[in-house]
Amino acid sequence: MLELFKSNVAGKASRALLNASRIILGNKYILAGFIIVLVFVLMAILADFIAPYSPIEIVGPVLQPPSQKYLMGTDNLGRDVFSRTIYGSRVVLLTTAIAIALSGAIGTLLGLISGYIGGALDRVFSFIMDSIYAFPSLILAIALSVALGPSPINAAIAIAVVYIPTYFRMVRGQVLSIKNEPYIEIARALGIPSTRIVTRHILPHVGRTLMVVFSMNSADAILTEAALSFIGLTVQPPQPDWGFDLYKGRGFILTGYWWMMVFPGFCITLLAVGFALISEGVSTVISGGKR
Amino acid sequence: MDVVSKLVDVTMDFETRIFGRKRRVRAVDRVSLEVRRGEIYGLVGESGSGKSTIGRISIRLYKPTKGRVFYGKLDITELPESKLRYLRREMQLIPQDPYGAINPIQTIGEALVEPLLIHYKLSKDEAVEQAHRALEEVGLHPSTEFFTRRPRELSGGQLQRAVIARAMILKPKYIVADEPTSNLDASIRTSIIKLLLDLREKYEQSLLFITHDIALLSLIANRIGVLYLAQLFEEGPTEKIVKNPLHPYTKALLSAIPLLSDELGLEKVYLKGEIGDPSNPPRGCRLHPRCPYAMDKCKTEEPPLIMVNEGRSVKCWLYYNS
Repeated sequence: MLELFKSNVAGKASRALLNASRIILGNKYILAGFIIVLVFVLMAILADFIAPYSPIEIVGPVLQPPSQKYLMGTDNLGRDVFSRTIYGSRVVLLTTAIAIALSGAIGTLLGLISGYIGGALDRVFSFIMDSIYAFPSLILAIALSVALGPSPINAAIAIAVVYIPTYFRMVRGQVLSIKNEPYIEIARALGIPSTRIVTRHILPHVGRTLMVVFSMNSADAILTEAALSFIGLTVQPPQPDWGFDLYKGRGFILTGYWWMMVFPGFCITLLAVGFALISEGVSTVISGGKR
Repeated sequence: MDVVSKLVDVTMDFETRIFGRKRRVRAVDRVSLEVRRGEIYGLVGESGSGKSTIGRISIRLYKPTKGRVFYGKLDITELPESKLRYLRREMQLIPQDPYGAINPIQTIGEALVEPLLIHYKLSKDEAVEQAHRALEEVGLHPSTEFFTRRPRELSGGQLQRAVIARAMILKPKYIVADEPTSNLDASIRTSIIKLLLDLREKYEQSLLFITHDIALLSLIANRIGVLYLAQLFEEGPTEKIVKNPLHPYTKALLSAIPLLSDELGLEKVYLKGEIGDPSNPPRGCRLHPRCPYAMDKCKTEEPPLIMVNEGRSVKCWLYYNS
């Protein structure tokens, strides 16, 4: 009898993992998106082994077209575009991951507090969040990035601020409806502390919504990150970065050196498509009731 | 007399905003009552009469707008949630709807173990064992069968038993049962009520039983309070209320149960229309638009709660001079 209870607790993690893999494999959108994202993640992790050259050193003549030696050609300084593209994935993925984690954590926390406590606090939080939400997201991200100074961490913070209201609003809305469920009242009657009610009785219900918001935001966040780096607000040269390489390549495309721009641009698009596919799949799974 | 729970002149307003306009609903209007140690106090009234609100105020799930709430001799009106938590093990709520009472993400076992671990210094194994015993006690046998199940996998009757087991697991002394059987099939109501009464006797609990079923109260309650539109209309020992109802509204409630009223040879009283709007109650006596005995005075002046005799009071002008 006791063993049953313990194995139940221990089995929770593996069951969650099993569930996740079932969702990923069960929907072709999610599967396709997941593979794309996974390829980029592996690329970032294994960059040292995949890239044939150093991304910041001059390895050959300038502006060589793609060839066997330089798979994606060389840029205007003679650096290998292929190696730069590989290494560039690190900045994009890391910045976006930090941004999403930050906005998700802060947005969820504030949404939980605001929704559960309600009253004046809720009105103040909601007002602030709606104000942020009212700004065009890209303009706000650029303004914050400039104010904080160019660096990947600051870019991540700027992007996070932009997406906090989305999490906040979704979580708060859910908390408001769950708060009135009878089991929450009973939990109070049983003397369960408020923090535990919020974290153990309300938060798990918000999980699905978070997943949808997360997958919707991530594609968007990739593009915002690319836009910030395009105008030079993340890593500084000579560090490789898709957005900034895109910007530099822009000046050479009219003279026919298309490879400087096309490859990083293609990567940005593909990664965003990957996340968009996951988002599409997740929302069909959740609304279609396939589970 | 030893009192477990006492409400003194309690008023509860709820504010709702409809299109930005504030609307105030007085759910409870200057109600005083006490639940004595060991007794079953039956609170009867239609939906919207404020009976559930009173139950929740008495265990301070709601904080009243006006008036005082006592638990024993302790004034708990202003007690913050952090201090109330320690009293929670003494007083429990059994809700109307068992289906929503346990968080769907929890198993029955988890739901029972959680309050134990919060209130008592127990090891997890001890808590699990107690939870199993509690399930057996309410007739969910064998308990291993139910322990790992989720609420949706139980029938209504089984679920209400599990909910009762959880309410009892902290060994409370005061129970508020808010229509504990009204959402269940008629066939299992009796067994749930019997279970509740058995446990009450075993653990010497006091019970505030909220219902719209005065016939049921006539069988189980020691005293009855009759509510109408947020006000207490009549109160007294069950036998006296049932055999000799004074208030026209109580008479009407009893007239609606032919078996009972015929047997006792009660005068039949029928009310006109429906229960009024709680946010805009009638002036004077709140029953006057529906009451066959309504006099001119009833339309303008609200009757006081009149002590008729020992432990018996009624809020009606008919008894003002007697």
